[in-house]
Amino acid sequence: MKAITLIEAVNMAMAYEMTQDKEVVVFGEDVGANGGVFRATDGLQEKFGEARVIDTPLAEAMIAGVAIGMAAQGMKPVAEIQFMGFIFPAADHIISHCARLRNRTRGRLTLPLVIRAPYGGGIHAPENHSESTEAIFAHIPGLKVVIPSNPSRAYGLMLAAIRDPDPVIFLEPKRVYRIEKHEIEDDGEDYPLGVCFVDREGTDITLISWGAMMHETRQAAEKLAALGVSAEVIDVATINPLDIATILDSVAKTGRVCIVQEAPKAGALGSEIAAEIAEKGIMNLLAPIGRVSGFDTVMPYYRLEKQFMPKVEHIVEEARRIVEYK
Amino acid sequence: MTIVAKFEIKYTQYLDENGELLTNNPPAIAKDFDCLKKLYRDMALVRQMDIKAYALQRTGKLGTYAAATGQEAIGVGYASVMNHDDVLVPYYRGQAAMVQHGVSVEEVFLFWGGDERGCDFKNEMAKQDFPIAVPIATQSLHATGVAKAMQLRGEKRCVFTEIGEGGTSQGDFYEALNVAGIWNLGVVFIVNNNQWAISVPSGLQTACKTYAQKAIAAGIDCQQVDGNDIIAVHEAALKAAEKARNGGGPTLIECISLRLCDHTTADDASRYRPDGELEEGWKKEPLLRLRKYLEANSQWSEVLENEMLTEVNQLIQSNADNYENLAAQPPEAMFDYLYAELPERTLQQREVAMARGAKQ
Repeated sequence: MKAITLIEAVNMAMAYEMTQDKEVVVFGEDVGANGGVFRATDGLQEKFGEARVIDTPLAEAMIAGVAIGMAAQGMKPVAEIQFMGFIFPAADHIISHCARLRNRTRGRLTLPLVIRAPYGGGIHAPENHSESTEAIFAHIPGLKVVIPSNPSRAYGLMLAAIRDPDPVIFLEPKRVYRIEKHEIEDDGEDYPLGVCFVDREGTDITLISWGAMMHETRQAAEKLAALGVSAEVIDVATINPLDIATILDSVAKTGRVCIVQEAPKAGALGSEIAAEIAEKGIMNLLAPIGRVSGFDTVMPYYRLEKQFMPKVEHIVEEARRIVEYK
Repeated sequence: MTIVAKFEIKYTQYLDENGELLTNNPPAIAKDFDCLKKLYRDMALVRQMDIKAYALQRTGKLGTYAAATGQEAIGVGYASVMNHDDVLVPYYRGQAAMVQHGVSVEEVFLFWGGDERGCDFKNEMAKQDFPIAVPIATQSLHATGVAKAMQLRGEKRCVFTEIGEGGTSQGDFYEALNVAGIWNLGVVFIVNNNQWAISVPSGLQTACKTYAQKAIAAGIDCQQVDGNDIIAVHEAALKAAEKARNGGGPTLIECISLRLCDHTTADDASRYRPDGELEEGWKKEPLLRLRKYLEANSQWSEVLENEMLTEVNQLIQSNADNYENLAAQPPEAMFDYLYAELPERTLQQREVAMARGAKQ
């Protein structure tokens, strides 16, 4: 067992499932000889051949449309969109077809496909490479939207995504692709989709996040502990469908909530989580719900991106304010 | 200067508007009168189905409907060469091909009558066929994906997908041609050039001389046929299908016809259609010329015509009755096909929908 990064875990999960299931094929721009611009598909073409690890022409709508056609025939495509900023030409297929085909054919045609895309800021990337637009797909019924926050979760959730009978949008927080390593057994054991993970138990406040921001949120919990505040940390992981029950259980215990997201604040996943807590858990609240988020601005070019993204101290500060609220 | 590539587009017509063969050496189907009579009946079925759909819509029993009047030879012609295990990926005016490949008239009515069960094709032949893709040109890409799966599995099957000439202006269409060419996919692209994209005439969609030549940029074989000549459509489709099934790659067939109806029941083509076009168009339509050809060969008569119309109209009426008598789905049907397994939160909403439905 060796220690691997989040992106290596994505690669290991795809390789495991390709070995197990001949119907799994990987395709996208530069996924073959190059192994992906982030190396997510590194070595897969060597191992599984050009027929199953396919370099596509440069056309995102095509990538999603082909995935739909293949999946409707019962294959299990794992398609890569190179950056989430370029997913929008494919959005017509994802929203108008992936999400709907099972429903509109009354279950006759189903789409066991995965569309992977790196997303989020913090790596000094060019324009249109850094946004956190996950809420767009979280809003669409019929899709599952999954975001791993660490290597172990990336491995288990990717396996589950490939095995899932419905379309899964698998968003990879690229800022934390290589930030930590986990020792992971390559045993093919998947993690459940549609559930939140309680990463750390606590009694004073619930910190809720997903994706790259989990990194800051976990650090904030450590700092809060040093300050005598016991924070429970929840990794949402599957943002559609949302496991609100786990969140409400935690809120019932702590009575205080801080939601942490990289995305702009308005109309985002944090808004939905806050609304659900307000609707179903308000009597358990001891303080108003707090949110630490990106701003409602266009994602700045990278010289300013650090100013856009929430940091550990912002989370600690907001959590303390909530805990001290009387 | 050196010329590095040269291209030409061939146009094929066998049967002219008077029902006369233009060649002494026509394809085999021109002398297969049993087959032609069957295709004539199948075209009549589509024409009568469209008439029935309009009647249902005008009496408030059907939603918006897109007829294919005048273009019956295209869908019936190409789908008649499809094998049971070939896959059809249709466009919204694709009912001629859909019915030819096993979709029932009732299912067509259900789709336009606001019921998802119209996409749950029960005929084994249509089980893997896509339902109508409403977003224009997206179906072209789904067809390439289906063909890619067949190729990876080494299957001798092919895919047919249809699109209007207006739809060929969409990026998805070009992306589909491009990838089908690169991967040598077994897909046949049918361009139904009915001269109109709602109110925009064919001449405003492209500066190309033909729609067929759009395939040249993708390295795909392409041709034009008279889309009102079912012999020409059938022959081109037959060859393209055999090629596609045997690893010979994709083909684009532009079928030139004319929309002899409004865009849909919600449209009024008299607002934009030039005077005289319809009158001229009805002289060239596909059923009339095939009937003339069959009659000239002593294969058809007024009696046979009436018998055939009685048969297809009875079939349509019984399908219409089934459609009208089918109760709407219960409210929970909104939820029951959303995912393989419904999430807890949505399950709670399902209960709410059921409770609301019970009160109505």
